[in-house]
Amino acid sequence: MAQRIDVKDLNIYYGDFLAVEGVSMTIDPKSVTAFIGPSGCGKSTFLRTLNRMHEVIPGARVDGSVELEGVDLYGDDVDPVAVRRTVGMVFQRPNPFPTMSIRDNVLAGVKLNNKRISKSDADELVESSLRGANLWNEVKDRLEKPGSGLSGGQQQRLCIARAIAVKPQVVLMDEPCSALDPISTLAIEDLIQELKKDYTIVIVTHNMQQAARVSDRTAFFNIAGTGKPGRLIEMNDTATIFSSPAEKATEDYVSGRFG
Amino acid sequence: MSATTSITDDAGAVERTRALLTSADTGRRRTDRAMTVLIYGAFTLAVIPLVSLLWTVVVNGIERFNGDFLFTSMRGVFGGMDMGGAYHAAVGTLMITLTATVISVPIGLLVAIYLVEYGRGALARATTFFVDVMTGIPSIVAGLFAFALFTIFLGPGAKLGIIAAVALSVLMIPVVVRSCEEMLKLVPNELREASYALGVPKWLTIVRVVLRTSVAGITTGVLLSIARVIGETAPILITAGVSDSINFNPFDGRMMTLPVYIFSQYRQGPVPCREDALDCLVGINFDRAWAAALLLIIIVMLLNLIGRLVTRWFSPKLR
Repeated sequence: MAQRIDVKDLNIYYGDFLAVEGVSMTIDPKSVTAFIGPSGCGKSTFLRTLNRMHEVIPGARVDGSVELEGVDLYGDDVDPVAVRRTVGMVFQRPNPFPTMSIRDNVLAGVKLNNKRISKSDADELVESSLRGANLWNEVKDRLEKPGSGLSGGQQQRLCIARAIAVKPQVVLMDEPCSALDPISTLAIEDLIQELKKDYTIVIVTHNMQQAARVSDRTAFFNIAGTGKPGRLIEMNDTATIFSSPAEKATEDYVSGRFG
Repeated sequence: MSATTSITDDAGAVERTRALLTSADTGRRRTDRAMTVLIYGAFTLAVIPLVSLLWTVVVNGIERFNGDFLFTSMRGVFGGMDMGGAYHAAVGTLMITLTATVISVPIGLLVAIYLVEYGRGALARATTFFVDVMTGIPSIVAGLFAFALFTIFLGPGAKLGIIAAVALSVLMIPVVVRSCEEMLKLVPNELREASYALGVPKWLTIVRVVLRTSVAGITTGVLLSIARVIGETAPILITAGVSDSINFNPFDGRMMTLPVYIFSQYRQGPVPCREDALDCLVGINFDRAWAAALLLIIIVMLLNLIGRLVTRWFSPKLR
């Protein structure tokens, strides 16, 4: 189910501005890969190119290639909508649809696409997705209540349930815990450990302890200065990045000397 | 020794703190009072004409406002006869306004969607500019435009409900565009992104997320635009004309509307009754005009009430 991502020489532009330069990396299936680095270094921008979400911003474009199991996501015959169904995403701020109930939020990927689904299949999908997001026991008695009535941490898990309900191969998470308290963060981190059994997980985080806790591999991004493009400095097993990184900049960052 | 000093010190500190916290800033207090008077004064000044208007309309209109007035037309009514009503005008107002809404809302909403979701560059700027220009078109000019437009197809002098509806659309569309645009802009981008990330195409995102989230505001905007045009008189007078009969069909023949009814009744002035006439009321035309004004206000209020209910029904709920 989970798939592998190969990125080769990826440059990301906003109009004429080169935002991220020359990224090449391999993201292993059924693992958690964390992106760390200072603000503005392009890790979120890079993450969004993995499911072509950056194209929502006018003028954004890339060159280079992003391959999912060898298929270039930027190939001519590839539909960005299909890419986003295969590579799901969870955002920084929980964003359940305010007009929908908890149940409808989980089914959003099906319902918004006007797909027909039988009641029993829908019930099953809701339960399995909510169980997958460790939310089922908390909300099973109020599925028809609005999603915006949940706490921030529950809303974020609802968003994860919504993302996995469309059965993606890869789940991207853009700082999923930065708006949450430590308890909710712990719940999400536990969930990430379970999700990696089935999915390829890529997570952007500002919290280095979080990267150390949840990820198998860590990529460090940095930026030389304002106006310069962000670059991938180093990528390795998380333990290596945090104990004996190859680059001086990585060591300075993970040891708290800057950033 | 040291304890005593600390107590006296404390007493001094309490005094100083009290002085610090209670010292009245007389200048600010005066400004506060002056502004309070000014704001309440302005509020009263604004409400007086409103209350006075409502009161006058109700007092003058309630006398003739009965079932007979609501459900008869002016057909065969002349002089000071104690009969005749505004049914045909109410029908005309509702039909013409409904037709105008049916024309304006799709156009206005689609333009707003273009401006918010798709429009970039020169075309979008030009559209915004011309919508703003359209907002300022005097209603009589819109009437003349519709009249001239249909003269091309139907020859001069054609008077139909649909022509009036087109004239009203010209007035309505910019209001619908502006209010819908504001409402669509209020939909957080996060919701659009959430939808895209689920693999929902852009058009479905707009229909199922953006419009669904903003439907309450859009309803309010549409109702405001209806309220803007339902009281128009001049453009309707020259496009749908004047009529005494009930006409439900905006594509066939003249149509009366409430504002035109009020105008034509009022213009007829007092009835010159003979001394010995029993069934002749001198002020009947004025009474009918006031009753029709009351009816118009009630229709607008009912529309607003419906809008509020729709808004409450569709707006996002928290728990």
